[in-house]
Amino acid sequence: MKSKSRFSWKTLGTIAFAALSLAYVAPLLLVLMNSFKDKSAISTTQAFDFPNGDTFVGIDNYIYGVEQAEFFKYFGYTAIITVGSVLAILLCTSMCAWYISRVNSRVTRMLFLAFVFSMVVPFQMVMFTLSKTADVLGLNTPWGIIVIYLGFGAGLATFMFSGFVKSIPIEIEEAAMIDGCSPLQTFFRIVMPIMKPTYVSVGILEAMWIWNDFLLPYLVLDLKKYKTVSIVMQNLSGSYGRVEMGALMACIVLSIVPIIVFYVSCQKYIIKGVVDGAVKG
Amino acid sequence: MEKAMRKYSPVFVLPTALAFAIGFAVPFALGIYLSMCRFTTVTDASFVGITNFAQIIGDATFTHSLWYTALFTAVSVIVINVAAFAIALALSGTLRGTTFFRTVFFMPNLIGGLVLGYIWQMILNTVFFSLLGSMMNLNEWLGFWGLVIVVAWQQIGYMMIIYIAGLQNVPEELLEAARIDGASRWQTLWRIKLPMVMPSITICSFLTLTNSFKLFDQNLALTAGEPANRSALLALDIYQTFYGRVGWEGVGQAKAVVFCALVVTVALLQLRFTRRKEVQR
Repeated sequence: MKSKSRFSWKTLGTIAFAALSLAYVAPLLLVLMNSFKDKSAISTTQAFDFPNGDTFVGIDNYIYGVEQAEFFKYFGYTAIITVGSVLAILLCTSMCAWYISRVNSRVTRMLFLAFVFSMVVPFQMVMFTLSKTADVLGLNTPWGIIVIYLGFGAGLATFMFSGFVKSIPIEIEEAAMIDGCSPLQTFFRIVMPIMKPTYVSVGILEAMWIWNDFLLPYLVLDLKKYKTVSIVMQNLSGSYGRVEMGALMACIVLSIVPIIVFYVSCQKYIIKGVVDGAVKG
Repeated sequence: MEKAMRKYSPVFVLPTALAFAIGFAVPFALGIYLSMCRFTTVTDASFVGITNFAQIIGDATFTHSLWYTALFTAVSVIVINVAAFAIALALSGTLRGTTFFRTVFFMPNLIGGLVLGYIWQMILNTVFFSLLGSMMNLNEWLGFWGLVIVVAWQQIGYMMIIYIAGLQNVPEELLEAARIDGASRWQTLWRIKLPMVMPSITICSFLTLTNSFKLFDQNLALTAGEPANRSALLALDIYQTFYGRVGWEGVGQAKAVVFCALVVTVALLQLRFTRRKEVQR
């Protein structure tokens, strides 16, 4: 008797959560549905209506997004920026973190404090001066912005890496150096392989941030030539004149699909990255 | 080992340190200097002392956005953490399909703040219009609750992941001991689980607090501060002061300095407050 009531209680829970999950993905399904409707039908009175003979426009919105807004070109730039920055951050900050956790001097202690401090500072504090600095140094390209991301993202990455380095027994590295490894060899042959899981976690956290970032590339990049996906959406939403709701919906769908594929295939690592980041942060 | 490493400090530390200087340290220092200047670009700055800060006090939009942000932060921190903890509690049990539900709830985190804002703008305006006959760009309180809904939808899944990790670390012996001693489920929750996951609560409240305080993209996409900057959070207000009001750059930078000081203070206070409640292990 008791086990039976427990069973139904659990089934009820599963049903409740299934309903909640459906409500959770509903907004995305709504966007998908609206991406096939005429822009005039994505209004405050019709946004929940199914497309009908008058409002259904097939893939017109997608064509507009790809041809007029050049979605895939800017998708490419966003990919270059994200991949380049993440690789730069992983390599440079892991080396830096190993050094400042193994060498104890006033400089390394100061650097560490500065990194931690930079994690809390809001972007608005530096947005103006950062964009001017980038202009002066010619860093307003998808390649130059990598330097900016390395600098602005160094805080969290260094913090997470040095948290991990402190858990590696120093004896392994000392043994390698006694056997004749230079510090560089020790790092690439011993430390780097041990830190593999941390690389994945840091890489995922930084990639999620950079891929979706809006204000930094908006202020830093030379917008006449380069944009990111977020900037394209901002333009479609009417910050420069015309509102293109239909194309906006289509571009949202196009930008979310790769994210979902990435999420489903790397879910384990993403979840682990979040937990690692939280424990270290 | 330290001696051998010191010789390699340029290789290990310099790339990150240089990028950090360009991407953070120099803009930060310049930002503090410019907050005491009148300027339109960095080169034509003239020192004016604390005039800019004096002007902030008389700026009604700043004081409004300050308490609007404070209220928004308080509400969203409570909503997100309570909901995330409740869901984590349910999903860390033996319910059928928990992995699937976790996947669904976490998903919005991979979508950028700007896109989230546009998705919800479409949905909420439709809902508010049909229920109340008003929209978010007409009423600052609709915008307020709209923002709470957006950040809740986004961040509940993230915090849920951290709480689940925390709950899984509660030792099984402890729960069993409580069961043997005759503790009810409610008592187990309040007297054992909650104190044991205090580190997760620290980190989640810290993350939600700073996220809400620094919120920008979602705010820009959802309401863009309308009506008349009444729904602008601090970060957006600073942005509007900078780029929307000619001749106010100095005041904008001064606001950013105040904002930065606020965020750092609040973050430190919060960490100190919740750390004290953690169980020593």
